[in-house]
Amino acid sequence: MVSFYLFGAIAVLASLLVIGQRNPIYSVLLLIASFGALSGLYVLLQAPFVAVIQIIVYAGAIMVLFLFVVMLLNAPREATEYDERVHPLLRPGPMRFGAVLAVTLIVELWWALTKGRETGEFAAARVDSVGALGRLLFTDYSFPFEVTSVLILVAMVGAVVLARRERS
Amino acid sequence: MTGLLVAQIVLTLFVFFMLLNSAAVMVYVERKVAAMIQQRLGPYLVGPKGLLQPLADIVKLMFKEELRPGAADAFLFALAPIISAACAFAAFAVVPFGAETTLFGLLDEPLRLQVADVNVAVLVVFAVASMSVYGIVLAGWSSNSKYSLLGGLRSSAQMISYELSYGLALASVLLLGQSLSLTDIVNAQAGAWWGVLPRWFIFLQPIGFLIYLTAGVAETNRAPFDFPEAEQELVAGYHTEYSSMSFAMFFLAEYVNMVTVSAVATDLFLGGWHGPLLPESLGWIWFLIKVGAILFFYVWMRWTLPRYRYDQLMKFGWKVLLPVAVVNLLVTAAGVLYFGA
Amino acid sequence: MSPTLGNYLVLSAILFSIGTAGVFIRRNLITILLSIEIMLNAVNLTFVAFGRALGSAEGQVIVFFVMTVAAAEAAVGLAIVIALFRHRESLNPDSFTSLKW
Repeated sequence: MVSFYLFGAIAVLASLLVIGQRNPIYSVLLLIASFGALSGLYVLLQAPFVAVIQIIVYAGAIMVLFLFVVMLLNAPREATEYDERVHPLLRPGPMRFGAVLAVTLIVELWWALTKGRETGEFAAARVDSVGALGRLLFTDYSFPFEVTSVLILVAMVGAVVLARRERS
Repeated sequence: MTGLLVAQIVLTLFVFFMLLNSAAVMVYVERKVAAMIQQRLGPYLVGPKGLLQPLADIVKLMFKEELRPGAADAFLFALAPIISAACAFAAFAVVPFGAETTLFGLLDEPLRLQVADVNVAVLVVFAVASMSVYGIVLAGWSSNSKYSLLGGLRSSAQMISYELSYGLALASVLLLGQSLSLTDIVNAQAGAWWGVLPRWFIFLQPIGFLIYLTAGVAETNRAPFDFPEAEQELVAGYHTEYSSMSFAMFFLAEYVNMVTVSAVATDLFLGGWHGPLLPESLGWIWFLIKVGAILFFYVWMRWTLPRYRYDQLMKFGWKVLLPVAVVNLLVTAAGVLYFGA
Repeated sequence: MSPTLGNYLVLSAILFSIGTAGVFIRRNLITILLSIEIMLNAVNLTFVAFGRALGSAEGQVIVFFVMTVAAAEAAVGLAIVIALFRHRESLNPDSFTSLKW
């Protein structure tokens, strides 16, 4: 239980700092810390394969991509036309709308989750081996698996085409 | 505090200490072997046969002034070598280096000679390797200098490109070993065919071994793939602006990474701690011999082969090594299917 | 006393709300993409928690697919950000308001 609260606190705190930071590099690094905490939570949920895949794919590949883009663009610190000292809920226009929507979402989710019945503790651990996952992946879910590989190919081609310099 | 728990804590500290020592030993070995290849003497003044040279190096590095460029981002500048060194040590945590031992009957249950026995150990090594990219890219960025930034970006692009071939070579071995746990893979290599040829996976997967070693050399940024830290081209690449202990940490991270790649290669392809003549409980001696052989091969390559240019390096990684690794995986899968493992 | 399914769901809801708030409040394209990643991770956590509660491995399989889709989407999203930045030298979504390129 202690580790659940610890990892959960790190994940929530890091995510809050991600959306609160002005410097995009710090945002990316804090998000990596959040992913690390989530990986710990997956280990607690008896899913070691997903935990390691989270580190390899999310923290090790996608975030490197983000970091490269931030460094190559030399992303400037966010300059807004709003007065930053004013709380988002009080700022004029779309930002107030967005902040109100976010607060509404939080309240709604809280209400929905406390309405349900008391969920008991998890059943005894049955660690699914990676072999069982693989079997599922290649039998019941083989069509999504193949489609995903086509999706990655499309994304690769799309990224190369979109980021090309225009021939002037 | 049972005896086993105490033994595990002592083992963890022992592994950490030995990794630090291995980096120091590698400094000496590198300079001596380089000297032998280049027909000169190498360190011979400090201590008998120059054996205290690494100690002198470390003391020198400790006494140097710790500099930081004024415009550098202080937090990231300090964090980058820590990430590099921490990931290098963390990767060794799941590598087993000996059979289960009861320490000559002192313990009630056998102690695994592995800091953490995870049953997805192979993936953990891969995951920690992909995290060590951050140390380099952050070092390059936070130094706020063009040599560092170029070196950092090139080095990390190289590392993530060769990670693919690294992973595919690992996957081929997984097909043979039928498990993700390093201990199981090593134990699948016990025994010998016809009493003579050891059942190592290198004999079933020679190309896989070569791919793994090539990708490992590229991952650790060693020659001939060390363009990003080439002294002639880029001053010193991503660690140009570092001095004293931060530089020592990058150095340390590089050598410990080499040791980890060699140790994992030994476990996956060379049969880990299994070997003739010695009993199982002394298997770690065989492990050390095999790891030492691969490390010698590393040093030998550095001082023999010329350096790859960056575009040649990337072309090789994507256009040659990756297709070969994929074909190797397919052939291995076909072989396992046909011959039934 | 170990954490229950409810605990994991509440944590996931909090993370999802943080992600949504980030998308609405921040005026920097990269931070908006990062907030989308936070939301996707919250969903992953929900899937794995339910998979464990129902004793099936399908939760982890779905997470596998969600991660792949997130990787593809991050790649294309960042390519679009690069193209936009090259055109206007700004990462503020408010500067891309005209329909002309």
